[in-house]
Amino acid sequence: MSNEISKFSDPGLPDHVHRKTDIDPKAEKRAEQQVAILFVLSALCTVLTIYSYLFIKTDTFVFLPIMGDTNAHQLFLGIGLAGSLLFIGFGAVHWAKQLMPDTEVVALRHEMRSEDVDREDFVQTVKERAGTAGLGRRSLIKRSLGLAVGVIGLTPLVMLRDLGPLPKKQLNTTSWSKGTRLVTDPGNKPIHVNDLEVGAVAQVLPELPAGTERTLENIGTDAVLLIRLRPEDFQLDSERLSWTHEGIIAFSKICSHMGCAVALYEQQTKHLLCPCHQSTFDVTRAAKVIFGPAARPLPQLAITVDNQGYLVAQQGFTEPIGPSFWERSS
Amino acid sequence: MNFGFKKVANYRRHRFAAPVLIVVALISLGTTFSVASALTGGAHMDGAEQTTLVQEGKEIFARGCSSCHGINAEGGGIAPALVGVGAASVDFQVGTGRMPMADMSQQAMRKRPVYNPEQTAALAAYVASLAPGPAAVNDAQLTYERDGNTAQGGELFRTNCAMCHNFAGQGGALTQGKYAPTLMGVEPKHIYEALITGPQSMPVFSDKVITPQEKLSIIKWLKAAESEPNLGGASLGRVGPVTEGLLVWTLGLGILIGIAVWLTIKAR
Amino acid sequence: MKTSEKIAGTVANYVDERTGAAKWLKKNLTKVFPDHWSFMLGEICLYSFIILLLSGTFLTFWFDPSQREVVYNGSYAPLSNLTMSASYASTLHISFDVRGGLLMRQIHHWAALIFMAGIIAHLLRVFFTGAFRKPREFNWLIGVGLVTLGIVEGFLGYSLPDDLLSGTGIRIAEAILQAIPVVGSYLAFFAFGGAFPGHVFIPRIYTVHVLLLPGIFLALITVHLMLVWYQKHTQYPGPGRTEKNVVGYPLMPVYMAKAGGFFFIVFGVTAFLGAVASINPIWLYGPYTPGQISAGSQPDFYMGWLDGLVRMAPPIETHAFGHTISWNILLPGLIIPGILFTGMALYPFIESWITGDKQEHHLLDRPRNVPNRTALGAMSLAFMLIILVNGGNDIIATHFHLTINQIMWFTRIGVIVIPPIVFVITKRLCLSLQRADREIVLHGKETGRLVMLPHGEFVEVHQELTPAQKFTLTQHSQPEPLAIPDTDAGGVRNPAGIKGKIRARMSQANAEQINTPSEAEVKAIDGGHH
Repeated sequence: MSNEISKFSDPGLPDHVHRKTDIDPKAEKRAEQQVAILFVLSALCTVLTIYSYLFIKTDTFVFLPIMGDTNAHQLFLGIGLAGSLLFIGFGAVHWAKQLMPDTEVVALRHEMRSEDVDREDFVQTVKERAGTAGLGRRSLIKRSLGLAVGVIGLTPLVMLRDLGPLPKKQLNTTSWSKGTRLVTDPGNKPIHVNDLEVGAVAQVLPELPAGTERTLENIGTDAVLLIRLRPEDFQLDSERLSWTHEGIIAFSKICSHMGCAVALYEQQTKHLLCPCHQSTFDVTRAAKVIFGPAARPLPQLAITVDNQGYLVAQQGFTEPIGPSFWERSS
Repeated sequence: MNFGFKKVANYRRHRFAAPVLIVVALISLGTTFSVASALTGGAHMDGAEQTTLVQEGKEIFARGCSSCHGINAEGGGIAPALVGVGAASVDFQVGTGRMPMADMSQQAMRKRPVYNPEQTAALAAYVASLAPGPAAVNDAQLTYERDGNTAQGGELFRTNCAMCHNFAGQGGALTQGKYAPTLMGVEPKHIYEALITGPQSMPVFSDKVITPQEKLSIIKWLKAAESEPNLGGASLGRVGPVTEGLLVWTLGLGILIGIAVWLTIKAR
Repeated sequence: MKTSEKIAGTVANYVDERTGAAKWLKKNLTKVFPDHWSFMLGEICLYSFIILLLSGTFLTFWFDPSQREVVYNGSYAPLSNLTMSASYASTLHISFDVRGGLLMRQIHHWAALIFMAGIIAHLLRVFFTGAFRKPREFNWLIGVGLVTLGIVEGFLGYSLPDDLLSGTGIRIAEAILQAIPVVGSYLAFFAFGGAFPGHVFIPRIYTVHVLLLPGIFLALITVHLMLVWYQKHTQYPGPGRTEKNVVGYPLMPVYMAKAGGFFFIVFGVTAFLGAVASINPIWLYGPYTPGQISAGSQPDFYMGWLDGLVRMAPPIETHAFGHTISWNILLPGLIIPGILFTGMALYPFIESWITGDKQEHHLLDRPRNVPNRTALGAMSLAFMLIILVNGGNDIIATHFHLTINQIMWFTRIGVIVIPPIVFVITKRLCLSLQRADREIVLHGKETGRLVMLPHGEFVEVHQELTPAQKFTLTQHSQPEPLAIPDTDAGGVRNPAGIKGKIRARMSQANAEQINTPSEAEVKAIDGGHH
């Protein structure tokens, strides 16, 4: 164990080595010229920037290797700006490195700690003046002050109440109900049972009553994915099987994990993949989760056909769609 | 062989003799192989007594496809039955080079087609003759410039295609090593045929769900995206923040640290 | 006197008569700053912040943070006549119909990425060199605050255009809020003014992004810099450098020129990136709607680790008494990040508790001389890199012909197995480096030159180190582990109990080191050496 006494001694700052510009006046002049050239280049780049902004049309394209067709206005404006800034920087740094004094300077540090006498004075001052305020003695004041300051913090919290409505049952409701027709997204075309071949998918939304505008909030709860398999592909219990129609099955498109749209259907494996966190759902088993962080299958929408053969919902969803929340019971 | 003032044989102990010989051997072997396969790969159009396209297709099928798909296209261990897949499927799979499949990995890759357009048409005709299926499309039928709407195509693409093929058609990952390929540089007819036949993992997009006009819009949008120059500069692959982050750590911070080193090094 | 001197004098006089600035300026213009490239990482952050303020202000002149629906009729044809939010439409307008708009958008976003990358590099430098030790613990805490707020600020910033990619990120953020037990659905409805996506979220985060957080940043950065100014910057050990001095260059003129120049350089590099590299091409993503998603959706890199953590979470939810707790969201989304950042914030205090070190430190550590800390840092870095990799698993899978399932399992297991291995390897590496240092101090550097001695023996000539080099390699203090005895001299049991035992054990592990050679030892060898 090395102790302080036999440690190697500090040889002190190394001797200063002069730069060429310190010794040779020609080198110094050259460095000065180099700095000046850099600053002038910056000015020229500013000219390029302003020229590009004013005179290069925004729809001009120029072909460059690697980058391909590039917007000339954007490119030269940007390179001009970059150059005007960079050359000032390079000039300033080159100036500092070559011409400004580069002898290392030593300054002393002072201990952060205040002098003992200052610390004692401080403590004394605080004690005396706190004493005159009387907080220590006047417990009535102390407690009532605590009360006032404590409760006033509640006001800003309460005043934020109108940030939004209470959720109530909104997380449990969608626009789907018995008899709602399935329509394509986009396009709003109703879907006939013969429109889908085996292996086909369709992005669907519920048909809204005439005159109602579809909002993004609607899409966020109502989006459904329709898939057609062969009926023998299903491995469902009888209830869930009755929610399908001739091999056509419908699931909520809103991922049960964190709400991304699950629309990636692998036709051969019959799996659904959510691209956000890679949760994988098995369509043949009612969107059971087979990989990834989702903890629940996608809610299935019970569908059937109306008397013209168009696909309709038998009922709304039997559970809340989308990500979980505290009040969700399953 | 005489090269003038020095015979070739005099170079036999040159230190480059061995490498040169190896290169010559490789080139000869390669050339022989490609010439031979070009010769055999070509259909015996001239030596045949067959007349109809279907017969021709049947011949090519027997030679190049039946080992996996069965002599009557009834399917085999790993290859599906082709009865009913239609000329469109064949035109797509063979025309994009996916079939014949090079290695039996997760999925068929787009590559240089083995069969020329005539042979592809023959195969398609043969498979179409087995059972009714979607008909092949040709580019002249795809009047997407006139009948497609780019903005509508983009909306349709983002709703129906981007989840697999990415927002700019650059492709994306599926499970277990499968992938949705890039859509850049794909012929319009192959895009259309893929939509109606649903190759491998891709689902089918029926004409009533995405109408033919809507399909033309999707193609028009894809072609616009393909030809659209990168408006902000080099595109970094059009795959999003991953490549942007990589660039900032390499080029961005890298350059800045390099400059900081220059800045603090003592001048000579 | 020249005219310029006369004018300067008048101005100086005017200001000083009203502020007394001459005294303060005189003292501080000669302030000494140590010069090392690794000290400029914090400057990268500072200058990027200024660039963000400047470019961001430019953008606010055209950006409309409203979510009201508009029909697009600007110059980007592939989106014409589509319905979208005003925020998305105004971002398109900035990109295509405001000259310099796309450049400024790109400079702003690149500056944000450089800001975050700089913060991480700076954080690592401060950690590995022990610059967070007394008296700089407050500055470390401010720094942890800055990195946390930086992540939030960046996330809110790139969510403002309301495009498909960032809107997906907001959907995920809402799911995290919603998953919080008891109050989650209320918090989500209050934040979004109702059901997702609502139409008040973008305007609200706009205020947070351009007013609230920048204000907090300005305050925190100012205190951060004031502390550095007042406490003086740390310096690397070397000849002439002690705990009681600071060796470097004066503010005026050298540091002003170098640091000022570096500002222009950082700005210039950012502008260059903005000119040649496309970033956040929102026109390709399309406007946000909850029914759409793109393959390969990721947040910006500084949140990629969070995404990776969420992806690898086990699919666990508990349902009891009519309520659901989503551990698969809470663990990776809130609990683990909370532990990580709290641990990071508390680290200086934990380390001083372990070592019992209450001294001021102004000389930096060479990482090899503090093997435990360096190994801990390497382990944490390995952890973050593994989860970051999982955040990009789909992009990696497509480009390197792997499967997302493979990468997911590799990182799920790797995140537990690899960090401890990295810890052990790094610690051993540090100790080996210490051994190597000891060797060359004792025996000098091997020159590779062979010399034949008169009696026929071949020896390799070793070059003795210079006194400066010997000093640098041995100047660090090597404290003993804390002795925390179970019972004291009088037989009384130590009331610290388990805590004391843990502390003693950790202190012991922390103090493992290779002893530096002393001057005497070298002299002893010298006697028998060539």
